[in-house]
Amino acid sequence: MSSSLHSLQGNKACALAAIAAGCRFFAGYPITPSSEIAEQMSRDLPRVDGVFVQMEDEIASLAAVIGASLGGSKAMTATSGPGFSLMQENLGFAAMTEVPCVIINVMRGGPSTGMPTKPAQGDIMQARWGTHGDHPIIVVAPASVQEVYAETIRAFNLSERFRVPVVVLYDQIIAHLIETVELPPKGSIHTVERKWASGTEEGFKPYAETDDLVPVMARPGDGHRLHVTGLTHTEDGFPTQKPDLAAHALNRILDKIERNRAEIDKVEQIETKDAGTVIVAVGIAARAARRAVQMLRSEGIRAGLVRPVTLWPFPDEALRAATANARAVLVPEMNAGQLIHEVQRVVGGSAKVAGLNRVDGEPIPPAAIAQKVRELVADE
Amino acid sequence: MNEIARVSDFDVKDYLRLNLMPHFMCPGCGHGIALRSLLWAVHELGIDRNKLAVVCGIGCSGRTGAYIDANTFHTTHGRPLAFATGLKLARPDLTVVVITGDGDCLAIGGNHLIHACRRNLDITCLMLNNEIYGMTGGQVSPTTSATRVTSTTPAGNTEPTFDACKLADAAGASFVGREVTRQAPALKNLIRAAIEHDGFSFVEVMSDCTEIYGRKNELGESAEMILSQKSDMVPDGLGNAPDQPFRPNRMATGILARHARPEYGRTYRERSAELRAGTEG
Repeated sequence: MSSSLHSLQGNKACALAAIAAGCRFFAGYPITPSSEIAEQMSRDLPRVDGVFVQMEDEIASLAAVIGASLGGSKAMTATSGPGFSLMQENLGFAAMTEVPCVIINVMRGGPSTGMPTKPAQGDIMQARWGTHGDHPIIVVAPASVQEVYAETIRAFNLSERFRVPVVVLYDQIIAHLIETVELPPKGSIHTVERKWASGTEEGFKPYAETDDLVPVMARPGDGHRLHVTGLTHTEDGFPTQKPDLAAHALNRILDKIERNRAEIDKVEQIETKDAGTVIVAVGIAARAARRAVQMLRSEGIRAGLVRPVTLWPFPDEALRAATANARAVLVPEMNAGQLIHEVQRVVGGSAKVAGLNRVDGEPIPPAAIAQKVRELVADE
Repeated sequence: MNEIARVSDFDVKDYLRLNLMPHFMCPGCGHGIALRSLLWAVHELGIDRNKLAVVCGIGCSGRTGAYIDANTFHTTHGRPLAFATGLKLARPDLTVVVITGDGDCLAIGGNHLIHACRRNLDITCLMLNNEIYGMTGGQVSPTTSATRVTSTTPAGNTEPTFDACKLADAAGASFVGREVTRQAPALKNLIRAAIEHDGFSFVEVMSDCTEIYGRKNELGESAEMILSQKSDMVPDGLGNAPDQPFRPNRMATGILARHARPEYGRTYRERSAELRAGTEG
């Protein structure tokens, strides 16, 4: 079998990818502009012996997803800003208890009810820091329908591999955009399963430290009768308040991500080798930026683009290298300035960092980015 | 006498994580009796502990699950029914029991309770009602009786209460019952019937908080509190439940409602199988 071309909406591509990745459980609550994912899953999951359930709210949705994942299913939910806010406590529970799950957050105008049918990128910081306490999380930010498909599969693989919640973050435009997508042939898709205990291991500890810091998971019914708690816990899964054990437990789940960056990081770079001005953008803003780079290059302006596909953890190293010789860095984003804080932290004083922000529910056009770069170059 | 004979082949220690003892419940707390009654029912039903999942929320009730030698999940405040919904839908082979409290189940988790009742998945929900938030120091709960003193009702409670069993019945639970910790064999029998019931079962366990609630309201020693349960209850059961306000007034115990309704998980799986047959055929 060969790959096939399909005309797909972003949200539909997301649902198809989830099932291809092995997702067999979806719990969700209707919310614009993500509802098409739930609708598609409600149709497709019964046909692959999976389960779809519409819960009473987004809190219950993520709770049910975590419950299903604890039972052994690959599980996901999909939502938008207000629902994502409601999910934050249980998202922290998944991070703390190391339960794989995938959360699709289709960003719309905020805060509060905001502009439900308009795109925004206002959840960049919430996706990283929304739940309380220090916690591990992975966030991926696709910029096309094709990439929604690929990144949703990668989100499941990363979540299973590292036993961590993974957020797929895109906006209303990509969600509702219809593009031609090349779907890989069945059986060619690389999928990852979490490390399962056989159930017969002697002295099994559900949170025992392993070489890669990712513990082996026990499935109910297989033999290990485990305890799972959102309380700070030791290797055996039971609560502790001993300072050394508490610090070790938290540091391990944080290090689990940091030490495995090589498997997690993903950055697209366009024309950055000789770039005097580097644009840093994600999602739909990065698509405009890509076009702006083409426009600027045709004028002889040496512009380049760094696009974090894995947005969190933030690609410090790649960005530092890409901006080493730059005099200016531009961060176009559809919010009042979020990504720019990370960029400033990484670039430091080595280049001038400027923002280009839009919060009116409209995308940033390529011409606006190109014009801002021209101004930055003229200022030098 | 039959009950006493049956006690003899049940040893609660067989079902506990003894390495976690001593437990941290206060002296006189009724939750231990509820826990023992559950395990007694599990024993009588011959449930494989590997296939038993106990899902708890937050609070004193939430901490009881960890002592059970089974698959135990200590989730977030008010949400154990939502976690259990996902677990049971994904794993219908597991016996899923939720242990929750009056605050966990009726206040922060009230929305999940009514929808779990409506959905009618085969989950048994034990709500340990001690009329107080014990873990956080004794604040008023949705079931705190009128005039009772708590740390947030220093002049006595003036808010009306829920009748949790009526709420569960109205929301569609296909099995509803109430029992007191004073009568462990009756409580065990009720829990056993609830687990055996094919559908969502709601069991309200009237439990005593002696250290905080009892002390603040001068209800006496734990023995006095548990003895007073007798005069508070009307063991009439199904069909004879009197229309009475909540404790300390008289209230019905036993099986209060039982309805034949399709269990949701099976309904979903059967419909899915039909869809697959249609797709493939």
